[in-house]
Amino acid sequence: MAEKLKVATCSLAGCFGCHMSLLDIDERLLDLLEVVEFDRSPINDIKHISQPVDLGLIEGGVCNAENVHVLHEFRKMCKILVAVGECGITGGLPSMRNSFTLKECLEEAFVRGVGTENAHIPDDPEIPLLLDKVRPLHHIVKIDYFLPGCPPSADALWYFLTELMAGNDPSLPQELIHFD
Amino acid sequence: MTPIANMQLETAIHPEGLKRVVIEPITRVEGHGKITLLMDEQNQVKQARLHIVEFRGFEKFIQGRPYWEIPVLVQRLCGICPVSHHLAAAKAMDMLVGARKLTPTAEKLRRLLHYGQTLQSHALHFFHLASPDLLFGFDAEVAKRNIIGVIQAHPAIAVQGVMLRKYGQEVIRVLSGKRVHGNFAIPGGVNKKLTKEDRDYLMKDLDQVLEWSKGAVDIARGIYTGNLAENASFGAFRSNYLSLTAPDGSFELYDGGLRATDANGQRIFDQVNNDHYLRHIHEEVKSWSYMKFPFIVALGNDDGWYRVGPLARINNADRMPTPLAEEERRRFAAMGEGGPVHATLAYHWARMIEMLYAAEAIRDLLDDPDIYGDDLLTQGERALEGVGVIEAPRGTLFHHYVVDETDSVVKANLIVATTNNNTAMNVAVREVAAHYLDGQELTEGLLNHLEVAIRAYDPCLSCATHALGKMPLEVELLAANGNLVDRLVRNADGHCEEK
Ligand code: SF4
Repeated sequence: MAEKLKVATCSLAGCFGCHMSLLDIDERLLDLLEVVEFDRSPINDIKHISQPVDLGLIEGGVCNAENVHVLHEFRKMCKILVAVGECGITGGLPSMRNSFTLKECLEEAFVRGVGTENAHIPDDPEIPLLLDKVRPLHHIVKIDYFLPGCPPSADALWYFLTELMAGNDPSLPQELIHFD
Repeated sequence: MTPIANMQLETAIHPEGLKRVVIEPITRVEGHGKITLLMDEQNQVKQARLHIVEFRGFEKFIQGRPYWEIPVLVQRLCGICPVSHHLAAAKAMDMLVGARKLTPTAEKLRRLLHYGQTLQSHALHFFHLASPDLLFGFDAEVAKRNIIGVIQAHPAIAVQGVMLRKYGQEVIRVLSGKRVHGNFAIPGGVNKKLTKEDRDYLMKDLDQVLEWSKGAVDIARGIYTGNLAENASFGAFRSNYLSLTAPDGSFELYDGGLRATDANGQRIFDQVNNDHYLRHIHEEVKSWSYMKFPFIVALGNDDGWYRVGPLARINNADRMPTPLAEEERRRFAAMGEGGPVHATLAYHWARMIEMLYAAEAIRDLLDDPDIYGDDLLTQGERALEGVGVIEAPRGTLFHHYVVDETDSVVKANLIVATTNNNTAMNVAVREVAAHYLDGQELTEGLLNHLEVAIRAYDPCLSCATHALGKMPLEVELLAANGNLVDRLVRNADGHCEEK
């Protein structure tokens, strides 16, 4: 049997919807596992990429220092790095906070929230530093492919993965390109 | 009565000089969180905390948006339970357009969507995320402890899980156009009618889905009762419970009054109108988490915390409305010997009873001629404030919006299901730390025990994220070519500035 394609996945400032869409390939998951081996991913307990891998799939943009750190780790370890979904490509819904200052957002949640007691902004060193703006992945590292959609459909993800593994150009055909 | 739980380990009295152990990221849950432990030289645990490390700022950036956008936007908070946010927001929008009561068709179709979501989310959690711990043991080797390991060792169980989730997702797709982040509920009703073909398509696999759901309850019950002594005590503690129930006290997921019971099963309040939630539930901020800590106002912030989700709902309900689920609820309730069942691991069993209920409720709705109706929308007198409360897969979900005369949102408050369980998850972590890790040489398998306790709550950490440290800290964003894109400095006063 040919060697399996090593894949790592993670969610940065995303909603896990892109990961859900990957699971939406349903029974094809069983076929996928014949040819793919997962390294770090939220669906297993590998917490850090343990070896150089062939493919990295990232959902979500970058909203805090921890995200930046993980993104660099992925770029270093993944031969091919893919921005999956709206959030990774443009920042997506979380980047709606970019029209306000970070302080305004924090105060609204923790100080001015209705029914909020002991109102103050959390400030423990264990909490990662937030960036002032939510950014798309390609502002920070080189991204090899962009898969549009919120989330990209299971069929789009499946097409991308199978074409890539077959050594073909994985560009999506028109009917699989959706931006919603 | 006061819930009895291990509160001592929340904050170490002398943190200086203690060893820090961190589990990050917590895996096989949705979203971003970490656990930290502080231990002394003898490996005695002095502090154990679950931190939610993500912040979205939704309450702010939603301001100024027209209210009808909200049900579409808000589901992007969570890709596992987007339908819950979609529907909770839509219920709040119903209030804004004066649709206190939907048409029977609209309400039943929304329920169908909601039950599809409950089914897929519960299947995902039990089979894809939690089952490896339950089938292989909490300290099984890492390589095996995931859905792929389950597929290899127990292919029949894994395939059932994949197919159950698929069915729930198909219910969602048929109604809302997409499996994740579709669009169906609008203020005052729904945007599309159901066709006979759609109904027949969903009917086709339903018997099989019911069979599998029954089997899933058997698996969950078997695992729990198979090692009862250990499972009943693992991360277990007494607590209050909060959920919606129907006016007659039966189990309810879409619409009902708020019921809270104490650790002995006595009512704290019952059938509270959703609009009045703020009289009963407040939230406390703690400096070490972006997730707030809700509590029942009458009991205060030390004793008023509670649990939500499958365990709370099954404990709180007087009965299930469907026969198979009711039979299973009785078996479950018998474990409580007259009071609530308090075990953290009982969540899995309760969750599978709910999945069976969802399958039965879907069947009843597909048999109901009302679902083909054409009457999809209703409205009444405009209002400027709306509250929508729903039982999401993970527990009670509150959406509260205020709009102005131009239909723009001016205020939003969300208490998501996982936030309601914040104290409980922290207590579970402390219980497990105290009983399994204290004084031990830490191994990966022992640390996984902490995650097992958190996983039982099926937390959805990315929707729970609502800061800044005191340490001066600097972050540089470098572009791929090494050029500086942005530099951010956090000052000692906690404020950020760009340099
Ligand atoms: S692109 Fe959409 S589905 Fe993917 S993480 Fe972002 S909001 Fe979620």
